[in-house]
Amino acid sequence: MNAPTTPETYESFTEEVPDAKLETKGLDFFYGKNQSLYGINIGFKRNAVTALIGPSGCGKSTLLRALNRIYALYPGQRAEGQILLDNQNILDRGQDLGQLRAKVGMVFQQPTPFPMSIYDNVAFGVRLYEKLSKADLNNRVEESLRRAALWTEVKDKLQSSGLGLSGGQQQRLCVARGIAVRPAVLLLDEPASALDPISTAKLEETIVELKADITIVIVTHNLQQAARISDNAAFMYLGRLIEFAKTERLFDNPRASRTADYITGRFG
Amino acid sequence: MIALLGIAFIALIAVIIAAGLISTFGGSLGLRKVANIGFVVFCVGGAVLALSALAAILASLLANGFGGINLAVFTQDTPAPGSTGGLRNAILGSIAMCLEGMVIAIFVGIAAGTWLAEYADRNNYTKTYGSIVRFVNDVLLSAPSILVGLFIYTVLVAKGIPVLSVVSLGHFSGIAGGVALSLLAVPVVTRTTEDVLRLQSRQLRESGVALGAPLWVTIRAILWKAAQGGMITGVLLAFARISGETAPLLFTALNNQFNGLNFKIEDAFGLNAPTANIPVVIFNFALSAYDDWRRLAWVGSLLIAAAVLGINILVRVLSAEQKRS
Repeated sequence: MNAPTTPETYESFTEEVPDAKLETKGLDFFYGKNQSLYGINIGFKRNAVTALIGPSGCGKSTLLRALNRIYALYPGQRAEGQILLDNQNILDRGQDLGQLRAKVGMVFQQPTPFPMSIYDNVAFGVRLYEKLSKADLNNRVEESLRRAALWTEVKDKLQSSGLGLSGGQQQRLCVARGIAVRPAVLLLDEPASALDPISTAKLEETIVELKADITIVIVTHNLQQAARISDNAAFMYLGRLIEFAKTERLFDNPRASRTADYITGRFG
Repeated sequence: MIALLGIAFIALIAVIIAAGLISTFGGSLGLRKVANIGFVVFCVGGAVLALSALAAILASLLANGFGGINLAVFTQDTPAPGSTGGLRNAILGSIAMCLEGMVIAIFVGIAAGTWLAEYADRNNYTKTYGSIVRFVNDVLLSAPSILVGLFIYTVLVAKGIPVLSVVSLGHFSGIAGGVALSLLAVPVVTRTTEDVLRLQSRQLRESGVALGAPLWVTIRAILWKAAQGGMITGVLLAFARISGETAPLLFTALNNQFNGLNFKIEDAFGLNAPTANIPVVIFNFALSAYDDWRRLAWVGSLLIAAAVLGINILVRVLSAEQKRS
């Protein structure tokens, strides 16, 4: 029951990802005066799933929230360094945050359906940035719901409220809403932690199918889930990136002792 | 009869106080059962006291006012002493001024409440300003309404006060009455709007923004919709609060024996003149020496009580529906 003492140095093992869709370079993050990320260098492989794992408070959600600059809603939170999306630094002053977030979607831990119909939930983001005809919009809504594996369950009640769905359905509705704007990247912040095992399995299937044309970053506390669905995995600890590798490598043959301790359940 | 009621009332209060004392000191003496019974009597007695006062008011309103309700109440204007008449001008004037007050209060209150909930925490300056606004709003929430009436009197009715005479209309008017009522409704709407918006989850706010919607679009299209039920409740409660207010109208709208209201916007709907309203008519008629005036005052009181009761029932029904969906 000894509390882990803060080591002086952090041994760190990371791999280069050639041709990464999204990449951070020397990313520091601050909540006011408190630094919570230290020099993160990580590449998110194009059209693949990257999982971020680590104990609570290690900074994985913070890293995720930096990637679409959702933190900018809160004054006092700031990121320094570089976050490159298609080699463009999104931390630049001139970055249009609306455009960025349309390209980098996000799904949250708790399902957050909007208080409107299922159809309008999915169409909401589309209507912000595209002027589609009625028929095109219908097609887009159907396509998004199909990809989120929700279409067969809701196709007869598109006009009823999104709040009336079950928790798992609501979460897949949020995924459909996120992919309806055709983002290049989708960020998932513990999307299955509020769901039962069957809903979780459905959501995982959806995620694996989505990576055909979307780059996915997922934060999860569930190590089996990370092992099942991710291609690359990153282990974070106390705001540092400790190890980043192909998922099999990280789980079967971790190089950092902290990673080994964590995935074998010795701490965290 | 009255004396008996008074004695019963005083006896009830004595029992409540005694029960309260027993339950407070009984526990330390080991008389737990006695203390328990004492506390139950204390609570039940308090509830009976509050309810009986309310029931007495409603009963006297019904007994004295119900018999006076007839078609003439709604079709004829307030009469001169000795002639017959109704309350038409007062009813219409009250509705018009309440609507005017509510339109102002809805715009100002929802804007202020939204700012307090969504934007006031931006930085330390807005935070300080926000807490000042919140404090002043809370003070206004319980401000004596007669002060609000006097304030609007000096700003919009009285002439000859330097600077203020620029905006002052210089005479009693329904416009001034509506503005005075709005000052009483704004704090209620502001407070409830802020409270229900703060109840919405942070993730709901973020998920609108995460789709690329600017914050103001997220607030307008998602948060307001999610908080709709609570906001409507606040608006209705504010409406109920101002519909019976007399003091702010005494110095502003005053009264009018005739119905000057119309649908001409260039004439300010007839509100640019002293305007009849139920509370002031009650105030004048109830204190008069004429039986038919006093009867109309009871009818007016019953109408206002019925309107407030109706609004409160509507609020209950709406919030029950909100919970079900």
